[in-house]
Amino acid sequence: MTERHKNPDGAGRTSFIRATRSQTAGYQRDALWLAAIVHRLSGVALAVFLPFHFLFLGLALQSEGRLQTAVNWTGNPLVKFAEMGLVFLLTLHLLGGLRVLVIENLAWHDSQKTAATLAVLGAASVALFYLAQIV
Amino acid sequence: MNSSIKVTIWRGAQIGSYQSYDVPQRDNQTVLDLVSWLQRHVVPDLAYRFSCRVGVCGSCAMTVNGRPRWTCRTHVSKVVKDGTLKIGPLANLPVIKDLAADMSPFFDQWHRAKGSFVPSAGRHDPMARVKPGSPRRQAADEAIECINCGVCYAACDSVRWNADYLGPAALNRAWTLINDERDGGNDARLKAVSGLGGCQACHSHQTCEQLCPKALNPAKSIAGLKRRALSAFLKGAL
Repeated sequence: MTERHKNPDGAGRTSFIRATRSQTAGYQRDALWLAAIVHRLSGVALAVFLPFHFLFLGLALQSEGRLQTAVNWTGNPLVKFAEMGLVFLLTLHLLGGLRVLVIENLAWHDSQKTAATLAVLGAASVALFYLAQIV
Repeated sequence: MNSSIKVTIWRGAQIGSYQSYDVPQRDNQTVLDLVSWLQRHVVPDLAYRFSCRVGVCGSCAMTVNGRPRWTCRTHVSKVVKDGTLKIGPLANLPVIKDLAADMSPFFDQWHRAKGSFVPSAGRHDPMARVKPGSPRRQAADEAIECINCGVCYAACDSVRWNADYLGPAALNRAWTLINDERDGGNDARLKAVSGLGGCQACHSHQTCEQLCPKALNPAKSIAGLKRRALSAFLKGAL
């Protein structure tokens, strides 16, 4: 016996999905699977970022000095690097969304893996270009 | 060839365990050959399902080293890893016993997707003339060869995440009928595949396309259904 798996929840659809989940692995690393997951995760990351972005902008309502202090803080190289990551995620999410819209609304194209790869390269290019602009 | 393979096989139903056996390795041995050898020589009560053994019936699909496959068309030498092989029942389906999955939920989704042909003419009407080169005929042709093996259903993340999702095979079937000029049930069918768990629940991971043993592309069929549903919605027909 090498592995034991018990399903304590008994019968039912959710239960058998849990019971068989551990068997599936290995094929979920395809480029298009990754494209869908990256699209979702980048969306979550951007959703987490947005409240901080609004808090930052909200400083302008408090006083010009506080906003200026925060703007000065963005000159930190680490913050600039993080901004590049943000632009990367934003572009990735935008292109991921376009991918879904293309799939769902235009005629099918078999070159989707190429498109997903190009989307990553495109997002990286935009992010690096952004970094070059702000450094 | 005198070497042996360490095979771990799911024993039990919903509750069970993987158990290990040594099976002699043969030239040109398929995974189904291996399972059959085990059942005939070591574990006579091992439950599994097969029929044609040549990739026609689609009944022998199992999870082999984490990936759903037809065992009759999978050579052991192609999938064995470090001399070991892990074989389980198809995922996303209840387990009846050992390697035999209950296909009932899979076929229930076919019914929900209205996967049966609805004649629009009677026996006394003239025979329908469908041009082989027409776009609808060609769209149906691309998807028509499904043999219901359940590999796409077992591989689909959306099926795993969403209990209501109809699944790639049922939606692929609906797409072939929607493109069948003779069918008279498409209004109801389009509503069925656009409702709860319908085509919009597909996340376009395209694992179904990647793993379909018949090289079909259910993701393309589902994308076609999404377009058709959107068009019907904009026209107020949905």
